[in-house]
Amino acid sequence: MAATTEERACPVCDLPVYPDEDYCEACGHRLDAPVPRCPGCGGTAISDGYCEQCGLRQPDGTDHVELEIPGAAGVSDRGLRHSRNEDAMALAATTDGVAGVVCDGVSSSTRPEDASRVAADTGAAALAELRAAGQDPESATRTAAARAAEAVARLGGGDGDDTQPTEPPSCTYVSALVHGDSVTVGWIGDSRAYWLPESGEGAQLTEDDSWAGQMIASGALTEEEAERHPNAHVITAWLGADATDVEPHVRTLTPDTPGVLLVCSDGLWNYFPDPARLAAAAPAAASEPLEAARTLTRLANEAGGRDNITVVVIPLRPHTPPPAPPTQEPSR
Amino acid sequence: MTGNPDFTLTIDQNKYLPEGGQEVHAIVTVEASGVPAAGAVRSTSAAEVIIIDTSGSMDYPRTKMSAAIRAAQTAVDSLRDGVAFAVVSGSARARMVYPAGEQLVPANPQTRQEAKAALERVRPAGGTAIGAWLGLADRLFAAHQEGIRHAILLTDGKNQHESPEQLDAVLQSCVGHFVCDCRGVGTDWEVAELRKVASAMLGSVDIVASPNDLVADFRAMTEAAMGKAVADVALRVWTPQAARLRFVKQVTPSVEDLTGKRVDAGPRAGDYPIGAWGAESRDYHICVEVPPGMIGQELRAAWVKLVLPGTGGEEQVLATGNVLAEWTDDEAQSTRINPKVAHFTGQAELAEAIQEGLAARKSGDVDTATARLGRAVKLAHESGNDAIAGLLDKVVDVDDHATGTVRLKKNVDKADEMSLDTRSSKTVRTRKGGA
Repeated sequence: MAATTEERACPVCDLPVYPDEDYCEACGHRLDAPVPRCPGCGGTAISDGYCEQCGLRQPDGTDHVELEIPGAAGVSDRGLRHSRNEDAMALAATTDGVAGVVCDGVSSSTRPEDASRVAADTGAAALAELRAAGQDPESATRTAAARAAEAVARLGGGDGDDTQPTEPPSCTYVSALVHGDSVTVGWIGDSRAYWLPESGEGAQLTEDDSWAGQMIASGALTEEEAERHPNAHVITAWLGADATDVEPHVRTLTPDTPGVLLVCSDGLWNYFPDPARLAAAAPAAASEPLEAARTLTRLANEAGGRDNITVVVIPLRPHTPPPAPPTQEPSR
Repeated sequence: MTGNPDFTLTIDQNKYLPEGGQEVHAIVTVEASGVPAAGAVRSTSAAEVIIIDTSGSMDYPRTKMSAAIRAAQTAVDSLRDGVAFAVVSGSARARMVYPAGEQLVPANPQTRQEAKAALERVRPAGGTAIGAWLGLADRLFAAHQEGIRHAILLTDGKNQHESPEQLDAVLQSCVGHFVCDCRGVGTDWEVAELRKVASAMLGSVDIVASPNDLVADFRAMTEAAMGKAVADVALRVWTPQAARLRFVKQVTPSVEDLTGKRVDAGPRAGDYPIGAWGAESRDYHICVEVPPGMIGQELRAAWVKLVLPGTGGEEQVLATGNVLAEWTDDEAQSTRINPKVAHFTGQAELAEAIQEGLAARKSGDVDTATARLGRAVKLAHESGNDAIAGLLDKVVDVDDHATGTVRLKKNVDKADEMSLDTRSSKTVRTRKGGA
């Protein structure tokens, strides 16, 4: 009996498999699928996410993620300089539109990828649920952010000790909730939402909770001066067990022209802060949201990919027809 | 298997390396808890051999022999019922004090009484051959290789009646069979020699300058041995292909280089023996050299496991941890120094500076001695190692602690010098909020 069962061994875990099996009973590997190989050395022995031969951390499925639902699409990418993707995004259909959430794990905190994952999932699910329950968009946005904040706070404290405390899991949060012809955004931290109309001037809908954002808002420094400061991107609000009074900023916009709502982490806007540049980079975003998200992600990587990049694109097409384009005025 | 303490293993490090960086440092803290109190009934079996020097010199002064006998009697009293034990006397050869035959007997009121009575009849005579004493202890432990095996060895002199090679050969054959704590009484013994024995046998070494202190010391050693709940723990360290494990050092409660004690344990892994454990916590400093990686890559530079060999070859992994390396171009991350790594690097250097300084002082090299002991004063001061700072004060006059400006004292008590040498490797943990 031993001879027949050991004729075939699972290429992943090396335990014997029976000839008629499609999956390894021990490790679940699909036997006709290619064996995962370490991208560093080609080794096949992987334990706890690291190669047993060269030690390289293995891709965990978050290195490049694409999401698409009717009316929204998103891409989240590790970028080129970080070892893992600590950003997360979530999309959900609501009773009268869609909801999208983007979160960026704070790198200096413990397990930032857990914080962003739980915040994005909790926020998007809450928005869908609260809208279905009839809550108005702005209070739904606040409640969803509060639930996401609680979920992140429940992840607990840092892993350090008294001599070397580490920050508890933390992340930023930005949500976009489309309802009819309007969109309500809510944010904590420096992940952003932009309105990019098909024609006319775009706008950044969020104001960063960051040192630079505060300096600019208070008029102490110009945007250019503030951005040059080493503290520029130190965030002043976040979700986490150590965050106090987490209160999102909320803003509602009812555009009168078609366009797209862009929700993103700083991995994109660090390179392309200007709405006009963003709109120009993805001109077909309204009809091909996923393609636009891919394009913007690629551009951020081509510009250096210094941080994780997450881009959510939500086309908006008002039901009320836009006012007729102004007739060409006769030149004077 | 039940009844083991709960072990935790935590890693302290800054995993970030600059571009091209290859050296990864980490402090591994191993903590055992959930051990029954020392007096409680235990399922763990234990064996204890008490070895006292009975060479002729133990009679000068007379108090040495009588204090050693009282200390050994106290140790016998500290054994809990059922512990297999024996008492050995050492001179140019080793003899059984109790029991008469070469075997261990279970401790009970009667055997303890008989052992103490036998100790009263011990008379000092003859020379010193530490290897022979250890050889007898090794034979006694041979039938008790399960559970805790602990020996106490007391000597007052140099190992004169056998060659260093003979001693080394015995140490080699005894390694891993039992743990041996070594004590030198008086000032006529050799610090380096006893340290070598203690290091090989995973035990401690200390000076008991005054015979009067022996009783308390023997009681403490025996009680600590009775508090051990698990023997033969090993730190298994896996390193990636093309990496080099530069060192594995115990850094608390004292500095012990374990690098040379590696026993291969499967592909790219080696076991470093860390002895018997009660409720306690110790730190280890691991340094790995890894091949340089690309910015953004993360590597498991070492996979550390706490391993317990089980009966019948079934080993148990008690706890695990990862030492990581991640390359970044963010200088703020790669230049940050982990405070624990910095602290224990300093403590290891402190031990080295003292031993080198004392050796230079002995050979008459005043400049080197002054520089090295000055460095030691500075390190002891900075790290809050007050015990060592106090011992240094007896060997040098300190002009300035902060800069390590010192002058060698003219007249130094031999016992003070030997105390400093013996205890040079005793470390302190990072002060709270300090370092």
